[in-house]
Amino acid sequence: MKRTPLVIVAAGVLLAFVPMLGLPAFVDSLLYLMLHWIVLATSWNILSGYTGYFSFGHGAFFGAGLYTTSTLLARYEWPFLWTLPAAALVAALLGVALGAVVFRVKSVRGELFALLTLAITFVIGTIVVNTPIDGGQGVSLSAVPVPAIGPTPSSTFYLLALACATATLLIAWAIFVSKFGAGLFAIHDDEDAAEVMGVPTYRYKLVALAISCALAGVAGGIHALFLSYVTAGEVFTITVPLTVVLMSVLGGSRHWAGPAVGAVAITALLYSFTAADHAVAGKAMIGAILIAAILFMPDGILLRLRRLLAKPVPSPGPAHAPSTLVAPVAAAPAPAAAAPADVLLRVRGLQKSFRGVRALAGVDVDVRRGEILGLLGPNGSGKSTFINVVSGHFAPSAGAIEFEGRDLTHHAAHRIAAAGIARTYQIPRPFAHLSVLDNVALATLFGGAVRDVAQARQQALRWLEFTGLQAKAGARPDDLNLHQRKFLELARALASRPRLVLLDEVLCGLTPGEIDDAVALIRRIRDQGSTIVFVEHVMRAVMALTDRIVVFHHGELLAEGSASDVMQRPAVMTAYLGHAHAQPAPA
Amino acid sequence: MSGFALPSASLLAQSVLSGVFVGALYGLMGLGLSLSWGLLRLINLAHFAFAFLAAYLCYQLARWGVDPLLSLLGIVPAFFALGAGLHWVMARFKVTPFNSLLLTFGLMGIVESIIQSIWTADFRQLESTYAQHKFKVAGLFVPVPEFITLLLAVGISLAVWAVLRFTDLGRALRGAAEDAAIASAFGVNQSRNALLLAGTCTALASIAGVCMALSFTLAPSQMYAWIGVVFAAVMLGGLGRALGPLVAGTLIGVSEAITMAVTAPSWAPIVSFTLLIMILVLRPGRVT
Repeated sequence: MKRTPLVIVAAGVLLAFVPMLGLPAFVDSLLYLMLHWIVLATSWNILSGYTGYFSFGHGAFFGAGLYTTSTLLARYEWPFLWTLPAAALVAALLGVALGAVVFRVKSVRGELFALLTLAITFVIGTIVVNTPIDGGQGVSLSAVPVPAIGPTPSSTFYLLALACATATLLIAWAIFVSKFGAGLFAIHDDEDAAEVMGVPTYRYKLVALAISCALAGVAGGIHALFLSYVTAGEVFTITVPLTVVLMSVLGGSRHWAGPAVGAVAITALLYSFTAADHAVAGKAMIGAILIAAILFMPDGILLRLRRLLAKPVPSPGPAHAPSTLVAPVAAAPAPAAAAPADVLLRVRGLQKSFRGVRALAGVDVDVRRGEILGLLGPNGSGKSTFINVVSGHFAPSAGAIEFEGRDLTHHAAHRIAAAGIARTYQIPRPFAHLSVLDNVALATLFGGAVRDVAQARQQALRWLEFTGLQAKAGARPDDLNLHQRKFLELARALASRPRLVLLDEVLCGLTPGEIDDAVALIRRIRDQGSTIVFVEHVMRAVMALTDRIVVFHHGELLAEGSASDVMQRPAVMTAYLGHAHAQPAPA
Repeated sequence: MSGFALPSASLLAQSVLSGVFVGALYGLMGLGLSLSWGLLRLINLAHFAFAFLAAYLCYQLARWGVDPLLSLLGIVPAFFALGAGLHWVMARFKVTPFNSLLLTFGLMGIVESIIQSIWTADFRQLESTYAQHKFKVAGLFVPVPEFITLLLAVGISLAVWAVLRFTDLGRALRGAAEDAAIASAFGVNQSRNALLLAGTCTALASIAGVCMALSFTLAPSQMYAWIGVVFAAVMLGGLGRALGPLVAGTLIGVSEAITMAVTAPSWAPIVSFTLLIMILVLRPGRVT
């Protein structure tokens, strides 16, 4: 894939010779507009296509750049080219300020984010109109000289946009193939699961937004001089966001080149309509294309084409002998059985309340290095809450969590993952748009702190062998059955090479035969050096696997000890089976 | 930046009143949107386009001598069918909530083009006998078209509220919005109910459109100007709630009117959007 950046650069260099052909100015302008939309659509896609946070506020960031440049030109007489970095900076700062607020609110996702960013556009627009930035009359730049980069002014704009588009596509590609990009795509599919795998979701979203805004800002800066007369009413509308959404959806928002394909197609279409004086029909046409695209090609032109052209992919990695089911990578060093009382995870007074409902009422739990600790209790006793708090999904209301002597209380989930704690979900939550292999590779990248994507895939493949899923490496998670999805959860949890694995009812819903497989697998997980906390209702497996169990009841610790001993205690039996009403009188 | 001098009490009272009237229209526009989003999980941007289409139809019928309120008799059933038809297509293709936003946006562009090619992009003003009448209550002028809008908005919102709250249909709709699969297991015919509801939402849009035609000048591109403020009313009022848009719309209308009276009219948009942003950031649970 290293050819791709060369192709982008070569195309950029070749296209730079177009002004030499002496084409009429309107051709330059048309090409300029095409490149302009490529920049806007591609930059939008870096946040919105990759992470699924659809922004309708791209017009605001574009407008921020546009007004930065025009203010600096008209009022402070900066040289034009120097205004472009300033435009990028202002747009990026605006984006970061916005993102720093809204990305903290967990439920502002999907439609809410879209509407929020739409609202921002009009707020910024209103402020610009009502302050001296615009003053309501607009800003005229007709007195500003166009720098002589190309032979004519129109070719100058073309070359500027070409440079900008080339840079934008390179950035979009580089993110697409990087660890950063993998994290963004994971956020798209399941943000909570991504965070638990170790993806720093908040920072990633913020960086993606900043890059996206900066590029839109540069495009705005160039466009200010191209228009030479700037009015807020034309800039802060929903035309820009809707056009870029349309281009990206049409071209395919899950690929770096998708928006560019869409941009070229839509610009050409629009031009052919406006040139023939059918602007109104053109608008209707775009609407119709958008509807058709949503209904018939929800993945976009590019992916549709790739799917048509792609040959059936052979499942990767047949070279490995599947019999080598030993621990794949020398797992994290575990001083096995060196000190039996060595406490890996120390939880003290852990409390979690949900609006007055006390799910955990202050529990103390020690998990010793190398053991399998069973966590039992009736439904609603706080087992899953315990896992959710320890893994960082919920912040504790009170109490302390200490792992390997480090305090992890109130750390974000991705930092807890990086510290060496992994978890599985009771209902598997794979990343639906990633292959089975990439699902595991993601955990290797983030939890295992591997930087290189190819290397992560290789390690991931070995974890697939460990869990017996190697034949499914190329499949989508949707194609797996429940048993395989549970094992995929395990492979993902293991791929970050954790010292502690929290298993949340991995056996639930499996057949007896599958349970035997899973029990054997869990034993192997412990043997390769991980400590396990095992939440389970299947008593046969609890008896077979656990070294020790703790029993929760109403969010409190009810009992602790070996499984066979604890389950005999009257208090535990009462918690599970209720009070005995017809008890024989004590002798 | 005109001064921030406080206007006189009677002027302020008059602007509060006009805020109530425009707020009632926000509420009426938002009602169908809120029901569709809250109960059908579809965000229908074309709602605004349908309202404008109804407004233009009303305008055209009025030019042929049909009374605007009488024209509702024809417009409402036609738009009911339109909305039900659109929903049938969306259900047929299993459109997700987000894609419904994009799809109806495309539809909005189409409707805008149709309006523009028939009635041009120029401003159009409905001329009816209502427009010339106003009456005076406690020293304040009450224009008749706005008063009709207020009555319709309050009456319809109350009626929808009663249907949702007290009838089996309302219970079935609310149940299906919580969990469609469970509701159908209990015998709720959700696909029929959804068609009914989608048709009703669009019919509500057409009523709002007729009210708009009574008191506003029309231009096709103006439909976008309503999106932000009406969405703000919908979210502030709570999704799927019948009285929410009206209450929230009135609140927004009054705060806009006061902002305009105290500062300059061009600052008005910032009110609704600031409210919207504050709700989304501070009380996101309200709209999910």
